[in-house]
Amino acid sequence: MVKYLAKRIGRSLITLFIIICVVFILMRQMPIEGYFQNFDKLTEAQIQAGLEEQGLLDPMPVQLLHFFQNMLKGDFGVSHSYRVNVPVTEILADKLPISIKLGSLSILASLILGIPLGTIMARFKSRIPDKLGTLFIVFIQAVPAAVYYLFIQMYGTLLLDIPLLFDESNWKSWILPVFSMSLGNIAYYGMWLRRYMVDESNKDYVRLAKAKGASGNSVMFRHIFRNAFVPMVQYLPSSFLNTVIGSIYVESLYSIPGMGGLLVTVIKGNDNNMVQAIVLLYATVGVIGLLLGDIMMVILDPRISLSGKEGER
Amino acid sequence: MARTIRDHVSEKLEKNMEDSLREEFQDDADLFTFADYDEEESERAGYTNYSYWGSTVRMFFKDKGAVFCLIVMVAIIAFTIIQPYLPGQRDPYTINTDSELFIPLRNVAPCAEYWFGTNSIGQDLWARIWAGTRTSLFIGFAVAMVEAVVGITMGVLWGYVRKLDFLFTEIYNVLDNIPQTIVLILIAYIMTPSVKTLIFAMSLTGWIGMARFIRNQILIIRDRDYNLASRCLGTPTKRLVFKNLLPYLVSVIMLRMALAIPAAIGNEVFITYIGLGLPATTASLGQLIEDGRQVMMNASQRYQLIFPAVVLSIVTISFYIVGNAFSDAADPKNHR
Repeated sequence: MVKYLAKRIGRSLITLFIIICVVFILMRQMPIEGYFQNFDKLTEAQIQAGLEEQGLLDPMPVQLLHFFQNMLKGDFGVSHSYRVNVPVTEILADKLPISIKLGSLSILASLILGIPLGTIMARFKSRIPDKLGTLFIVFIQAVPAAVYYLFIQMYGTLLLDIPLLFDESNWKSWILPVFSMSLGNIAYYGMWLRRYMVDESNKDYVRLAKAKGASGNSVMFRHIFRNAFVPMVQYLPSSFLNTVIGSIYVESLYSIPGMGGLLVTVIKGNDNNMVQAIVLLYATVGVIGLLLGDIMMVILDPRISLSGKEGER
Repeated sequence: MARTIRDHVSEKLEKNMEDSLREEFQDDADLFTFADYDEEESERAGYTNYSYWGSTVRMFFKDKGAVFCLIVMVAIIAFTIIQPYLPGQRDPYTINTDSELFIPLRNVAPCAEYWFGTNSIGQDLWARIWAGTRTSLFIGFAVAMVEAVVGITMGVLWGYVRKLDFLFTEIYNVLDNIPQTIVLILIAYIMTPSVKTLIFAMSLTGWIGMARFIRNQILIIRDRDYNLASRCLGTPTKRLVFKNLLPYLVSVIMLRMALAIPAAIGNEVFITYIGLGLPATTASLGQLIEDGRQVMMNASQRYQLIFPAVVLSIVTISFYIVGNAFSDAADPKNHR
């Protein structure tokens, strides 16, 4: 167990190290405009001086070393066009809380809605609720989120009679972003829970319970549901990732002052340091999410070992 | 104990039968004539002229919804190809102007002249939607092809060559931890947007999942008895892979390819939204959706979002359903 954890955490660290190196090197291939506030007005000498000052003329390994040194001090450089010369970390610290709030609400919502969906579909297998649920799942999985989010925003704001853009103090304006972000996960949980519950319901112990005369609902909840729920845990990390990624689009659509919206803004503004820091942050969140998922699986299911891990995540 | 008795009994029965047959045949030598081939009879004897592809097609056509989606899918693909050659089609990039006043026909609502209306600078939306579908489908197919070719090659190597397993697994564990969307954003950010760079950015990560899947499947079936037998008989590895292993995986490969296309189309929409999409000189579904989004709160111009979104949804849903139905049909376990 301890050995597994050490190995797994070590692998995550290696991954992070590689990601940081690759991201850093790739970002250095960008046009240098992204490192200046008003590039067009600068003279050649000023550009050179600016590059010199930011250490961008050093050889790559030296730059990378500097970057790691600064990073350990919590310094990710300053923003060049979004909020000029404000440290990136300061900007991010402003934005992070609302993204975390939104993300956790959305995961909560998808659990609250997704689990009943899967249960109802399994309970009424091949009857109308199941068919409707399947329709919903196919729709959500086949149509790109980027498209149906727009329709939710368009008709949702009309329906709830709220302004298009997000307003933190108005609770109503939280509904649509949270709902949009959770839709994908609702379909995901619903699909897998239904599948596991149907699998369980064909097993012998269920047949025995039924033969004993236990009622359909009691068998469903006391036996099938509990057993089907354990393997569901393995989908938590990917749904976590989905939420993180979904936030990029949703936050920017509703102008929510969070991380995701920020990424889109700074990409459009070519603010290299900001893009770099946010990409690294997202990658880190992703890596940690998968790590936590694996650790959770080990705690729940001691049969899993690092070497013998197989199957789809 | 029970088994031995049963064996004994059946042995006895067989012996009796053989004896009686021998007696009969000795009496009647005429029985040894060629029998006519009768299909019904042959069925009854347990022999079926089973063909893998025949059963797959039969299974697929049992699913009415999937057949409908297949027809829609083929019709859309065919239409996007022939649409520019049909009479009376407009150019997707020309800005249409009024014939008398010479002002651009902006935001013309759908009418007989412009079936889907015109967009905010006066281009014909009908023509743009088909041009966009063409671009997006091309990107989708290209990404799916790269994913299949690279994914299968790497997966087969990874699964079949034991020495590579450790190395590949370690590389996979690192790569798999990197969120795909982040890679996509990063690559699109660094490179100048074009159809080629988008395909490259999307293909960069897509094959990893495919390779892992193929590897797991190959590990499972590599040492099955029929493959072992094949190897003992000296079948060359190449033939073993292409004749014994890959056909077994057709269903899952098709499924993943069919799903890669809607995913690529969705990624294109996303990338366009965050401002890293194709230049305005190349119409794509992502671009149309983004153009439509900008005017969506204006009820009279909402059609500019709804039309592309409906076409895109039809395309992605039909691919998704056909892919799933085909993979079910191609799975020999579902053949009866």
